[in-house]
Formats: sequence, structure tokens, C-alpha cells
Amino acid sequence: MIGNLEWTTLQQLWWLIVSLVGSLFVFLTFVQGGQTLILTLARSEDEKSLIVNSLGRKWELTFTTLVLFGGALYAAFPLFYATSFGGAYWVWIAILLTFVVQAVSYEFRRKPNNFLGQRTYEIFLLVNGTVGILLIGAAVGTFFTGSNFRLNDYNLVQWTHALRGLEAAFNPFNVSFGLFLVFLARVLGSLYLAGNVEDEELVRRLRGASFNNLLLSLPFLLFVLFKLVTMEGFAIDSATGNVSLVAGKYLENLLAMPLVLVMLLAGLAFVITGVALNRFTAFRRGIWPAGFGTVLTCLAVFFLAGYNNTPFYPSRVDLDSSLSIYNASSSHYTLTMMSYVALLVPFVLAYIVWVWRQMDARRLTIDEVRGDKKSY
Amino acid sequence: MIETIDPGQVNWARAQFAMTAMYHWIFVPLTLGLSFLCAFFETIYVRTGNTEWKRLTRFWMSLFAVNFAIGVATGIILEFEFGTNWSNYSWMVGDIFGAPLAIEGILAFFLEATFFAVMFFGWDRVSRRIHLFSTWMVAVGSNLSALWILVANGWMQNPIGMRFNPETARFEMQDLWAVVSSKVAISHFAHATSSGFLLASLFVIGVSSWFLLKGRHQLFAKRSIAVAATFGLLSALFVAFTGDEHAFITVKTQPMKLAAMEGLYEGQVPTGLIAIGVVNPAKKTGDDQSPFIAKIEIPGLLSLLAHRKFDTFVAGIDDLVWGNPEHGVVGVDEKIRRGTLAVTALADFKQARKAGDDISAQTALTEFRQHEEYLGYGHLQAPADAVPPVGLTFYSFRTMVGLGTFFILLFLLFLYQSARHGLEKNRWLLKLGVISVLLGYIASQAGWIVTEVGRQPWAIQGLLPVGVARSNLDTGTVALTFFIFLALFTTLLIAEVKIMAKQISLGPEGEAS
Repeated sequence: MIGNLEWTTLQQLWWLIVSLVGSLFVFLTFVQGGQTLILTLARSEDEKSLIVNSLGRKWELTFTTLVLFGGALYAAFPLFYATSFGGAYWVWIAILLTFVVQAVSYEFRRKPNNFLGQRTYEIFLLVNGTVGILLIGAAVGTFFTGSNFRLNDYNLVQWTHALRGLEAAFNPFNVSFGLFLVFLARVLGSLYLAGNVEDEELVRRLRGASFNNLLLSLPFLLFVLFKLVTMEGFAIDSATGNVSLVAGKYLENLLAMPLVLVMLLAGLAFVITGVALNRFTAFRRGIWPAGFGTVLTCLAVFFLAGYNNTPFYPSRVDLDSSLSIYNASSSHYTLTMMSYVALLVPFVLAYIVWVWRQMDARRLTIDEVRGDKKSY
Repeated sequence: MIETIDPGQVNWARAQFAMTAMYHWIFVPLTLGLSFLCAFFETIYVRTGNTEWKRLTRFWMSLFAVNFAIGVATGIILEFEFGTNWSNYSWMVGDIFGAPLAIEGILAFFLEATFFAVMFFGWDRVSRRIHLFSTWMVAVGSNLSALWILVANGWMQNPIGMRFNPETARFEMQDLWAVVSSKVAISHFAHATSSGFLLASLFVIGVSSWFLLKGRHQLFAKRSIAVAATFGLLSALFVAFTGDEHAFITVKTQPMKLAAMEGLYEGQVPTGLIAIGVVNPAKKTGDDQSPFIAKIEIPGLLSLLAHRKFDTFVAGIDDLVWGNPEHGVVGVDEKIRRGTLAVTALADFKQARKAGDDISAQTALTEFRQHEEYLGYGHLQAPADAVPPVGLTFYSFRTMVGLGTFFILLFLLFLYQSARHGLEKNRWLLKLGVISVLLGYIASQAGWIVTEVGRQPWAIQGLLPVGVARSNLDTGTVALTFFIFLALFTTLLIAEVKIMAKQISLGPEGEAS
């Protein structure tokens, strides 16, 4: 059945799947956002513990989604995986390091004899939630601003900038995108925690934090949106396959794909709604409209980057080395096989939802955290 | 394909991957085995309703959690290192290799990650049965992830189910089922996971023995030992069985690795097995020196193990490097000649394609297809390059096999003494139990050294040498990240060991020492 699909259809389908995984990851960065609140919002050890233990029940989902995002890109678009990881070396190494230290921090933070001390592990969590997310944003920003690489006849990559990927963090668009993601993660983190913990005073401050961080994210969001619709973009000539720079390419994409425009605007509206409900009403489940909005917004961003004859990983130094979903993908056979495997994803999502509901049936209290000697 | 190969950079990349994998493999086998042991313990608790078993389960789970976290931390680096340090590899075989990694994420990692939270924090939030189910799901998820990564590794050892596409200059998958059901992958999975069960059993026995030596938590320790020794014995026997099967397959798929494992240079009919030996470090393929300074050989045994027949030929390193027409062995020297023709034909094909010369492209393609089987050999400089480090492979293999045999005896002794309530009286056995935890880690690492060092210089056996698989990075960059990861992993390992030691010394919660 799936095997009868055209290769191009499969390539588009896999860009959709990868985009969905990436968007779900951004939603799940409420964990990273929450981590940045440990040192800035919590006013006592109890509040810290409440935040850490609430996030500690979810951090692995975020981590696993990131790993799956990498795995899905590897399986579906191996040339991107090879080009970006082997080329933009330092930016990925830096991102990975922040996730390595995150992975141990929940478990090690309050364990006796933990070698580095509680504060160090809390700083690790902060670094993961700030530097890690900022750099991921900067790396994704290069989908629009381009990177510095060349591919030879055998598709082997040569990076032409000495900073090997870190140069992305010096581009205003990329940095703004990264900072928007950092503040968005803090918004989502506040919303998640406000609905997940039972502590009146902490929840009151979390409600405020979600609103304040939304305000802080706005300048970066507006800058990104303004640049996106005005900047030169990379376009593939459908007849020749050549890549060129075209004025207003991403605006053109939005107009050519009105559904994407609707998703972008609706997504942002959902995020704002989630925060507003959380801030101005008694509603404490703002994470869900905001999370849904985050997924919609990110899907729109990925679609802008990859569809409508747009190379999703453009090269600034050699336009024809740019990667599109068509020239970077796996073979027809591999995409077909992977599509069959992807049919299991709804089942995976179903048990995640089931477990989530089981575990979050009642809110976490400090008494429960104190009463469990194995708590984080 | 690659204009210049910087051996310094390749070696740093190899060292980095080896270091990351070795650190990762400190934590993974314990996760694989301890997850099942926790599931056994909790099953007993649920069936009996005895809260002592619950406390026992929670104690081992707390150690599992500390270990699990650092396993996750090292694992993510391993996955992405394929891209960062081996980007040419990622492009050239990503069409095949990426699939098991993605499937691992979908089918295994989410199972682990989702049910992990229930296992640790769900005691009072879900029913007893749902909790038990979650613990089993963590065990199944952990071992499923091992399946997929070992399918990927098995494919690197025995590449099947794919074909080289000259248009894209990469290998493309033709048959996923062939990749998944490969005998190498399955035996690899069976051997590696059961060795994880073995190691976790040793860990439980070692910690419990320490409690008994200190006169603490005696009932708790004896119960733990009874379950772990049973699981350990079954696992150790299965490790031995799958190890033999794995070597039997290696004879056919990676004869050079087997020759290095045995320090065998000249095959004979029949070929003996060196039980113990001292490898001559000066020995080179093709020279007249003796391969061993000293050895104890069992005549004909290698032939028997390798072919299940006494009167058979097992190829040695010299046979494989220089060829042995009498036994139908094509030498590396001939493979290099044909591999070079394949590399040249591929270059001609690409050139002709670029120039739009279809006739020349077709001629080059026909030439390429004649020799593509040996494509990887075209990148080797000399026949001796195809020989892995013999001494390291030889000694590692013997360390693994020797310790594996010892563990079978150890589990038998613990089971016997456990059954006749004689554990406390045999303090020497308890001390041996404590020491054996370290021996378990040594055996486990030695096994991977045999697997990975023994297949050098290949990233993909026979098709892609490590020199071509690398990323286009300078030596200093890779050396720097090597030391960054070394420092980070070592720091985290120290933290883990200190936390573990403290948790062990604290003992099970709510139980007086």
C-alpha cells in the first residue's frame, strides 16, 4: 500500500513526520523552561523540590523525543544528518553537552555524596534550559538563513566557516529565534507547573511568570516574523533543480500555502489564549491550549522551510549544495519501510497519554515529595 | 572519493568512539539485567504481598535509577557521534543504518521513558498491578533498545540486504527483513543482552555479599542472592552457548577477526586452539617469526569449534592477507587490486555523468559492477592494513572466555550455598562475590573489544574502512572533543560511583542496619 506511493510523496510525508516530532519536542521543552525557573522563581528548598520533582516525571519524554528527532532525521534525511552534524560540529557538540549534564542532574541533584554538589546540578539544568534551547533555536534558524558548506560529487561535506556551526549563534535572526524558544519554553514550563503542583503561593507566581515570559518573548517573535516575511529566501527552480536567492521567498511560501499561514497564526493565538486563561482566570490547564498552539506554530515553521520548492538546509556559500527534502532523503524503499513502522506511532502516543493521565490524576504536593525518600 | 586521509584525525575519532562506547557499556549491561531483576523482585512482592520484597525491590530500583541516568547521558553522545565524527559514514550507509536507530526510538526508548516515571514515582499513584506492568515495560523497553542498536551494529559486522547506488554514491537498503533477521545481529543481541543479565546478577550478588560480610540486612541479602544466582547461572550458560554460536558465525562472516582472536597466522588441517599463549608483538603478516613466545595448544579444537568438524581448514591471517588458492581463499592483495578498479570506475562514472557522456558512464558502470564487492579494499594502502591488532584481540577474547567460565562456577557455588543456608559460613565465597563485580565489568568490556577492535580497519565490514567513514574535521578538533568527553564522562562516573556507594552503605530504606 505505502510502497505504491511516489517517492516525492514519501519525502513530503517524512518531512511532515519529522516536523511533527520536532514540534512535539518544542512543546515538551516545557521541561527545559521549567528548569530555568528552579533558580529564578523558587524561593525555598521545598519549592525547588516541588518543581524538580514535577518536571522529573517528564524530562525523559523530552529527551527521548529529541533522540527520536535525531533518529528520524537520520533515517529519512541522512544527507542532512551527515552534513549538519559533521559540518556544524561545534554547535551540535555544545547542544549535546547541555543534554548530557541534564540527563544526570535530576537523579544526582539531591543524592548524598553526589561529588559536585546540589548547586552544580541545578546550574546544569539551567544551562540546558537556556544555552541548550538557544542553540537549538539558532541551529533551526539556519534553515532560513543558510549555512556555510559545500558538498563534493560524492556528497561529502566541507564546512567553510572556522567556527563550524557556532557562527549561527551570531546571526540576529537565528539568535532571536533561539531566544524566542527560550522564553516560550519558560512560558510552557510555567503553565505546566501551574497545573501540575499544588502550592497556592508558587502557583500564583507561576501564573505571573507565564505572562511575563510571554511578554519577554514578543520582541523576538515579532523580529523573527518580520524578518521571515521580508528576507531573501532560498528557492529551488522546479525545472532545473538549481537553487537561487529570491526576495520574499518565505512570504511567498505563506501565500502559496494558506493553510500554513492559518496554522502559524492560530498556533500563536492558542499560545496567547493558554497564557491568558492561566493568568486571568482560575483555569490551570493552560499548558494544553498553549502546547497545541506551540505544535501548530512549529509545524508551520518547518513547513515553510521544507515545502513549496524550498531547500530546508540551504548553503550560503554554494547554493547548489543546498539540501532539500528531495535530494537529502533516503531511498524509496527505506522511506516505505519506515512509514510502516511509523504506523505504530499512534499506539506509542496512546500509551504515553494513558500513563500521563494515570500519573497526573492528582497534583503533586510537597508532602508527597517529602514523604518519598526516592524523590529527586 | 576522499582526497586525503589524515590518519591522526581518524585515530582520534576512533579513540573517541571507543571511549564513549566503553563508558556507555559500563552502564548499559547493568540497566539491561537489573531492570529484569527488579521486575522479578516486584513480581514476587505482588504475588506474595510480602512488603519485605517491596522494600527489596525499591532498594535495587534506586541503584538502577542512578545507573540509568548516566547510561542515557552517554547514549545520546553515541548516537550523534555517528553524525559528528563519522559523517561520511552517515551519508554512505545512512539509508540502512538510520532505520534501526529511528525504530529504536519509536519502539523502545518511549517504552522505557514513559514507564520509568511510573516505576519510580507511581507506587502511590497507580494500582499495584499497573506498577508491576510498568516495571516489566521498562525491562522490555531497555532490552528492545538493545535489540535495535545491535541490529545496527550487526549490520556493520555483516552488511547484507543492500546495494551500492553509483548515482548517489551510497549504499541503499533492499531488504529490511534481511537486516533485522541477520544471524549476526540476532546472535549479537542474544550474547550481549544475556551478558548484561550476567553482569547485573554479579552486581546484586556482590552488593549482597558485602552486606553479609558486614552482618547487615542478612535476610534481604540472602533473598537477593537466591534470585540473582538463579538468573545469573541461566544467563551465564546462555552467554556461553550464544558465544560459541557467535564465533561459529564469525568464521564465515569475519574470518580475519576470528584469526586475530586466535592469533592464527597459518591455517592447517586440522587447526589447534591456543588455550593460553603469549603473543609475539614483533610478528608481522608474511614474515617468518613465530606468532607466539609461549603457548599451550589443544590440537584440532579450533577446527572443531569453527566448522563443527575436526578435519577442516581454518584460515589464518597470512592465508587471508596473501591468499590461499588451495583452500579457495582470495587474498587482500587481490581484493585491493579489484577494489582499486572499482574506485576508479566509480570516479569515471561520476565524471562521465557530469559531462553528460552516457556511453562512457555505462562502460564505467559495467566495470564498477564487476569489482564493487571489493569497493572498500580500494581504499586500503597495503594488504597488511586489513589486519586488526592481534594482541589486543587475542588477550581480550581469552579474558572474556576465561571469566565467563569462572562466572558459571561462581553462580553454581552461590546457588548451592544459598540452598543449604551456608552463605555466611563461607566468607571466602562472599569476598569472591564482591570482587567478581569488577571482574564482570572487565569481561563485559573485553567482549566489546573483541567485537570492535577485531573488525578494524572496517567501519562496514569489507565495504567501508574507517578512513573513508570519517568526517571532514581537523585533528585538533576531534582531539579536543575527545578530552572534553573524557573529562565529562569521568566526572560523571566518579559522581555515580560515589552516589552508588553511599546508597549501598545506607541500605534498604526503613531497615535497621
